Amino acid sequence: MTDESALEAVPTPKSTRWGVILVWVLVFGLLAVVGLGLIRTQQGNIGVGARVPDFQLTTFDGASVNMADLRGQVVVVNFWASWCIPCEQEAAELEMAHQQLKDQGVVFLGVNYVDTEREALAYLDRFDITYANGPDLGTRISQAFRIRGVPETYIIGRDGRLAQVQIGPYLSLGQIVASVTSSMEE
Amino acid sequence: MHSPSKWFAIVGAALIGLTLMASAPSQPPPPSDDEVNAIAHQMYCPVCENVPLDVCPTEACAQWRATIREKLAEGWSESQIKDYFVEQYGARVLASPPARGLNWLVYILPPATFLAGAYILFRAFRSWGRPAEPQTPAESDSKDDPYVARLEEELRRRS
Repeated sequence: MTDESALEAVPTPKSTRWGVILVWVLVFGLLAVVGLGLIRTQQGNIGVGARVPDFQLTTFDGASVNMADLRGQVVVVNFWASWCIPCEQEAAELEMAHQQLKDQGVVFLGVNYVDTEREALAYLDRFDITYANGPDLGTRISQAFRIRGVPETYIIGRDGRLAQVQIGPYLSLGQIVASVTSSMEE
Repeated sequence: MHSPSKWFAIVGAALIGLTLMASAPSQPPPPSDDEVNAIAHQMYCPVCENVPLDVCPTEACAQWRATIREKLAEGWSESQIKDYFVEQYGARVLASPPARGLNWLVYILPPATFLAGAYILFRAFRSWGRPAEPQTPAESDSKDDPYVARLEEELRRRS
């Protein structure tokens, strides 16, 4: 009994105590970093009703499109890639929808995700796509929207909030027009 | 009959022509698969995570490798090509992230953990190797301890 109490009474050296504190701080710091990363990964796409982050798209012909300048209009942001086979299913329909709705205050933007320029331009040429398209430089736009793959389409209302999300390709022109029209009415 | 000066002119022109042909820049050989893969091996396509670009079978990765080949043929260096890909697709395409911001942790934590572990082991081995100190209770302790005092008094009484 007396021996144990004597052992307990031995003071811990100051340096050891600081070492222990430092180790715990490092462990908690590491856990926090890993935890934040996991939360971000699990977050999924930006939700309907959320304010869409401002972004700038530099098109393949060098023009610059700012999301902030498009407030008051309905904006259809389509993420695509030339290597993406499902993207081809909706490419022609998106162009048709653009032609049909461009005079009603609807702006179509194509964001080319992780692609090479030559193949992307060939794709646009193949489907006669005329609305503004540009590469997602540094994958900044796709990260801001937290996309999971392509194709994904985000319809942004006049108030700058996300009105609709389409994961995967649209199945018909009617579906695209119906989605955009309902976003215009909101 | 030609004059000797004419012959000199013809031979001189031929020599100059040959010299110019020899010094003309020859077309560099196209980059080999090994050269392309040496750079591709240091990159990952964001579409197919965890598969290095040199062995990734998807169409997107094949396009990227073709881009590397084009840039090499244009005379770009390895670092220029990597910078181009980072600018186009973000830093996450690199197998080794650039030492900036939180990325520093990747470079600091493993050696720091290793050093801390080595220090802890060193301390542990040193304490295990040290001979145990004899545990003789101090004289003053036994005198002060009421239990020991009572025990001694009891022994004295019985003897």
